[in-house]
Amino acid sequence: MDNQEFEVEITLMNKPAARDPVGETIQKDLLAKKGYDMVFNVRSGQFLRLKLKAADEIQAKKIVEKMCNDLRIFNPVTQNLTILKVSKL
Amino acid sequence: MNIKIAVIEFAGSNCDLDTLHVLKNVIDDVEADLVWHNHFKESKYDGVILPGGFAFGDYLRAGIIAAHSPAIDEARIMLDDGRPVIGICNGFQILTEAQFLPGALLRNDSLKFICKWVNLQIVNNNTAFSNKMQLGDVCALPIAHAEGRYFTDNLKELEENNQIVFKYSTEQGELTKEANPNGSLENIAGICNMEQNCIGLMPHPERASEAILSPKRTTHGKLFFESMIEFIKQRLS
Repeated sequence: MDNQEFEVEITLMNKPAARDPVGETIQKDLLAKKGYDMVFNVRSGQFLRLKLKAADEIQAKKIVEKMCNDLRIFNPVTQNLTILKVSKL
Repeated sequence: MNIKIAVIEFAGSNCDLDTLHVLKNVIDDVEADLVWHNHFKESKYDGVILPGGFAFGDYLRAGIIAAHSPAIDEARIMLDDGRPVIGICNGFQILTEAQFLPGALLRNDSLKFICKWVNLQIVNNNTAFSNKMQLGDVCALPIAHAEGRYFTDNLKELEENNQIVFKYSTEQGELTKEANPNGSLENIAGICNMEQNCIGLMPHPERASEAILSPKRTTHGKLFFESMIEFIKQRLS
């Protein structure tokens, strides 16, 4: 029965080898200048929250992983995909 | 011999008409059609250009949604049988996302949209978009992009296969850091596939093909399109 509803949260982040000027600017030009110089690294990324129907949490995660790979939702040359959480709605 | 080139129009393309204009009115021996991406059929054409602009808002990443367009399936047939497939700016981004070309185009290191004239050194003049130049020639073209920082995790392979076609340089042809407008790896501005029939570049030759549009009255952009026509002529002869 694929009629249970799930929410899956994913992030797409630049790989460490690919510079992330957004994160660098936040760290260097805002945090460090405003007294938060204990923060020495910031990486930015994209966040997607998907709602989908699946049999169970394992299947929901598998669908999202396959979809992200097949459709290049993340660019494997420059980005890593992280599934942050899968929860039942 | 009637050479026919398609210029693909995506939702958001904005250099399509400029490209069409150059093909139709500036260079010789070619006919060109503007084709909506859902209607494109490769069998009518000797070559295809994916023009600059935006596509589908460039949501998720520049080029990724357009890379799933039916036009790309048609273009892949042309890629495989050796016809020229050219991507300019957003078209280059689409070609990397469709995996016609290796690597990716990331946000400029300045985080700014950069619109200015740059100089390009020709580092491979065997391709379908550079055969009218000499190695080491420097061409003046404008760029206009926010995501043009070329990145690859396999630079060595690119170099060994001679797939780097254009590099940002000074007017004298020096490959300096200052001449690199967006932080691209090794000053890379344009690359090709191993067969050299698919080329992607960030600068806009269609905006540099007529003296009236160029600050120094150069017309270097014409050479790119003339290279494409020459490549097709060689292929058909």
